[in-house]
Amino acid sequence: MQLRKFAYHPAVEGDGPFEQAEEEVLSGELTWLPKRSEWAAELPAARLLAPGEAIRHMQGLAQTAVDFIQTAKLDKAVQACRQGMTAEEQACWPRLRLALLGSSTMQHLVAGIRVGALRRGLLVDVYVGEYGQYRQEIAEAESGVRRFAPEVLCLCLDAEHCVGLARGSAETGMAQIRACWEEAQRSLGCTVVQQTILPLAPPLLGNNEFRWRASPATIVQQMNYQMREYAEACGVALVSVDAWAAKDGVDVWHDRALWNRSKQEIHPRVSPLFGDQVGRVLAAVRGQSKKCLVLDLDNTLWGGVVGDDGVDGLVLGQGSAEGEAFLAVQRYALQLAQRGVLLAVCSKNDEANAVAAFEQHPEMVLRREDILCFVANWTDKASNLRGIAKQLNVGLDSLVFLDDNPAERDLVRRELPMVAVPELPADPADYVSCLAEAGYFESLYLTEDDRVRAEQYRSNTAREALRETATDLSGYLQALKMELVWSRFDEVSLPRIVQLINKTNQFNLTTQRYTGAQVADLLDDTNIVALQLRLLDAYGDNGVIGVVIGRVVDGDALAIDSWLMSCRVLGRGIEEAALNLLAETAVQCRCTALMGVYRPTAKNGMVAQHYARLGFTQIDGQDGGESTWRLALADFVPRAVAMRVVEGRQWKTQMSIAS
Amino acid sequence: MENTDVYRKLTAVFRDVFDDDGIVLTPETTAGDIEGWDSMAHVGLIVAIEERLKIKFKSSEMEALHNVGHLAGIVEYKLEMQAQTA
Repeated sequence: MQLRKFAYHPAVEGDGPFEQAEEEVLSGELTWLPKRSEWAAELPAARLLAPGEAIRHMQGLAQTAVDFIQTAKLDKAVQACRQGMTAEEQACWPRLRLALLGSSTMQHLVAGIRVGALRRGLLVDVYVGEYGQYRQEIAEAESGVRRFAPEVLCLCLDAEHCVGLARGSAETGMAQIRACWEEAQRSLGCTVVQQTILPLAPPLLGNNEFRWRASPATIVQQMNYQMREYAEACGVALVSVDAWAAKDGVDVWHDRALWNRSKQEIHPRVSPLFGDQVGRVLAAVRGQSKKCLVLDLDNTLWGGVVGDDGVDGLVLGQGSAEGEAFLAVQRYALQLAQRGVLLAVCSKNDEANAVAAFEQHPEMVLRREDILCFVANWTDKASNLRGIAKQLNVGLDSLVFLDDNPAERDLVRRELPMVAVPELPADPADYVSCLAEAGYFESLYLTEDDRVRAEQYRSNTAREALRETATDLSGYLQALKMELVWSRFDEVSLPRIVQLINKTNQFNLTTQRYTGAQVADLLDDTNIVALQLRLLDAYGDNGVIGVVIGRVVDGDALAIDSWLMSCRVLGRGIEEAALNLLAETAVQCRCTALMGVYRPTAKNGMVAQHYARLGFTQIDGQDGGESTWRLALADFVPRAVAMRVVEGRQWKTQMSIAS
Repeated sequence: MENTDVYRKLTAVFRDVFDDDGIVLTPETTAGDIEGWDSMAHVGLIVAIEERLKIKFKSSEMEALHNVGHLAGIVEYKLEMQAQTA
């Protein structure tokens, strides 16, 4: 087993030409995170702080390339810290209940998962099922996992067990796993995450193993293939350890002696990496994946310094190894943009020079218009990143900052610890794999809105320009020619609805999360009023921008369980239009009042006065806590709105005729 | 102690794994002397030693560790073999 891969750096003064780098890079490690030499001293120092503050420092320590021993130590400190946190301090953090069920030993994976989630600002409570009892736990009404009531169930099945399930047929094996998923979705009502199978079965034929369908190695391969198709059909998220093992080498992930001894299929050495994979999937379930890639320019997108070397002097494109490396970085950034990641530039440059490279260099893959927010000046990068987040209307914790300069990276990490800053390797040829391995933009599925996101943001810029030229707000709103298309939840829109419900943090009254299965259940519930709002205007289709879920209670009130909207359409009267719709629907359901709840979180302060603004009366709750609001419908007068409001079915018909 | 270097390295791993900077190892130290050193933790300890010291135990060696002196002997032997082949 060859684990060591030494990085050779070019000669520095006084050193031999092939001086061995001091830090070795091992596969299976968190290679995109920086190593911190003071780590060993910082953890004890953090432990001495008050719990609420200590845990923030520990989150910082989790953003380093920790090994499994450090991960276990850090996790122990974090758990102690959580015991000491007050209820208010706990409430500042998004939390998630995770059940880990499987066929072999899993206890050694827990620390890595909790630390992997903490790295993404998520506190996870983990329940580990009884050894090998996953089917009973899912099926039995009084089982530990039922009592725990997880929001996410992660199922880890070892290769030996899966081959046993298959009894010679991958279809048979997958049918059993699928039955488990469906039972878990039905009885636990939770999101299901499945670890793919490690390819550990030894080949019997050899290179042409595939010709024997019933060989264990072929079974595992086929089950992994089918798992992807079934996962799509069942709305299950995968943790693709088979892909990671293919990259790192199966022997890095698994040790046969250890398996024989303790039935740990995944080696503890990769437990931080495994935990990070689970952590990023959990963050994606919660909508906490990163949204925006902020790029430095000189020596990040091209070789050389445009201000000194001129556009002609840049190293970019075919014909030079380094030029091709930078080309690959640009291509990857563009591909990310095409699937919904926002691109921004943050560079220390004169703006004219920076723009000239985009407009004049013939090998540029990225165009100026691919960059939604272009900042080239001499201000410090932390301030510029704040500006970029503000302009794109995303949180600072949605940014990933790519910069070749270690000093800039350190500055940003220190000033803005919530911004993700990958530790770029020495050779630009490795930039793409570093960014890809970090998994910042982990997405469970691709929605239509993801594909057109950049277009929507560009339209926003045009809207801003219009707002500046319009003399008054109502004039601006009229000029936008808005059309709000509303409809009840439907099958087609489910993925986007689930995505919005789980990722909207700011304009979200209750931050009530729902799994895909739970939302699907709402479709047939006659006591539920579940509306989706789509906004079109002069500059294009904004997609589904709002979701409201109400429940008829006591026969005469519509209680608003969820009310959430995308922040990018704020200030355009959508709230009032939604209220009109709700009131109308409530009256149809013979309700005489609307009831609303505001449940404060660390992020939804912007809607603390939402119900007050809409004319509701507060009937319960105190300052700083949950509050309940009521609006009588007897004398309700629809609010004036500057848009056409139409029902969705009609709109869809028009669309199908048009296309 | 015959080889303080091995004990220094082992002590560092023990302190990290059992999260106790007060651990002092002697050849006579056994699982009963260290809080948390049960059969589950033993697996983790052996893996930690393997990873940090870049050595590999055989299955038979993992089964038959009686005390720290015995462990240090095996580790010392493996480190020496490694130094010779390097």
